[in-house]
Amino acid sequence: MRRFETATSPHLPPRDSVPALMRRVLYALAPGAALQAWHFGWGVVVQLLLAAALALAAEAAVLVLRRRPARRALADGSVLVTAALLALALPPYAPWWLTTVAVLSAVVLAKHLYGGLGYNPFNPAMVGYVVALIAFPRELTQWPAPHALAAPPGLDMALGLIFGGAQLPDALTAATPLDHVRTGLAMNRTLTELGAEPVMGRFGGKGWEWVAGGYLAGGLWLAWRRAIDWRIPSAFAAGLALPAMVAWGLDPDGHPSPLFHLLSGGAMLGAFFIATDPVTAATTPRGRLLYGAGAGLLTFLIRTFGGYPDGVAFAVLLMNMAAPTLDQLTRPRAFGEGR
Amino acid sequence: MSEYLLILVSTVLVNNFVLVKFLGLCPFMGVSRKVETATGMGLATTFVLTLSSVCSYLVSEYLLEPLGLEYLRTIAFILVIAVVVQLTEVIVHKTSPLLYNVLGIFLPLITTNCAVLGVALLNAQTEHGLVESALYGFGAAVGFSLVLALFAAVRERLAAADVPVPFQGAAIALVTAGLMSLAFMGFAGMVRG
Repeated sequence: MRRFETATSPHLPPRDSVPALMRRVLYALAPGAALQAWHFGWGVVVQLLLAAALALAAEAAVLVLRRRPARRALADGSVLVTAALLALALPPYAPWWLTTVAVLSAVVLAKHLYGGLGYNPFNPAMVGYVVALIAFPRELTQWPAPHALAAPPGLDMALGLIFGGAQLPDALTAATPLDHVRTGLAMNRTLTELGAEPVMGRFGGKGWEWVAGGYLAGGLWLAWRRAIDWRIPSAFAAGLALPAMVAWGLDPDGHPSPLFHLLSGGAMLGAFFIATDPVTAATTPRGRLLYGAGAGLLTFLIRTFGGYPDGVAFAVLLMNMAAPTLDQLTRPRAFGEGR
Repeated sequence: MSEYLLILVSTVLVNNFVLVKFLGLCPFMGVSRKVETATGMGLATTFVLTLSSVCSYLVSEYLLEPLGLEYLRTIAFILVIAVVVQLTEVIVHKTSPLLYNVLGIFLPLITTNCAVLGVALLNAQTEHGLVESALYGFGAAVGFSLVLALFAAVRERLAAADVPVPFQGAAIALVTAGLMSLAFMGFAGMVRG
């Protein structure tokens, strides 16, 4: 008697495994990360390696404590994505203990207290970043000047700054473009004046606009490969750019242009790599549009009216918080179900 | 007009009573297991808070202050709140017996919700007028209901999570509330006061 092969659902196997998806995200981060390293020096590379090592160690420790199979969870690469996003968001010459606090908050507090990949309601990388931002606000403003203004520190100097407790010399620091515009506007200067200063580039800040372009390219590739849903970054960009355009149109000297908003700070990294985290984002199509637009709008509001220069991290966490509600409100109607 | 809008933005987001001032945590933890009860509780608390802040303003302005009895403020406000809660309980009991059963002990416990007394006392302290008091109470209640509903939806999702044994239940709920509070820090500095 012949036996029929029977299979249970789902009959269409998923196209991507988790490790393949995470690998793809890491590849897509590469151009932006490389540009960031070119513009800000070796610190970026050192932070990436440090964060990755800490994150792997922390995840392994938790899995051993919980007596879970460690190898499979470590190999899926999700913790490496978290570490990379965090390392790229933190200033490149932040001291090692700051990176440690941020990575441990991200991996242990935000991810493994909830049971690990797939259960965490908040984006781990952004939890780590916000913990560091609130606990050590001064260290988080210490950004080096981009390549175009001052030659970035070499490898030995970077190691001294990160592990040796040295301070970044004043000649090598520069306000980030968002900080620059913010303090300038607070002193009643106009954007025309501010735009003529050396830290400002053509669209965003010098160097920063290139880094943002790198993330944009990587993100577009991810969207094209369907690794991320195009709805979230597009809605994010619209949510950020439309109110910025209105404010800019009404008062072009008091509000930066929409392009400046999109190409400075964490907007591109946030829109394509952080807000699109499939675990913490909304899951329904309409929910994702609302989620992205909300994150963009909150970024604009926090940048314009809030106390922190960049709002991407807070905006993503706030929308993470709203994502389960958005999912419930926008649940698609099942076929035949009444209104 | 813009002043009233600022009061609303301030109480709903910037100085959210639960996540920034840490008032009203008991119902926030107690009735956030399901979204339906959370919304019901939010509505009931909104009604109580708005009404009680108006009533306590009237009591404070026309009874306590003319008679020089400001030192009785706390007791008088608790009394006012208890009366308003009793009224709410009767209304909920008659209009939605189901919600009345689901909310159970938490409905009379609105009396001891520290956010309600906190709003009344803060109103008296900052010398808000009638409209400002009402808006302050309403904004506080909207902020409370908003985060309560969002928190309930997050907790429903957490019910399926593989949380480590020592962190199950209230522990992970408190961790989540802490992370939500962290996110609300982003609104800091938007509105003074």
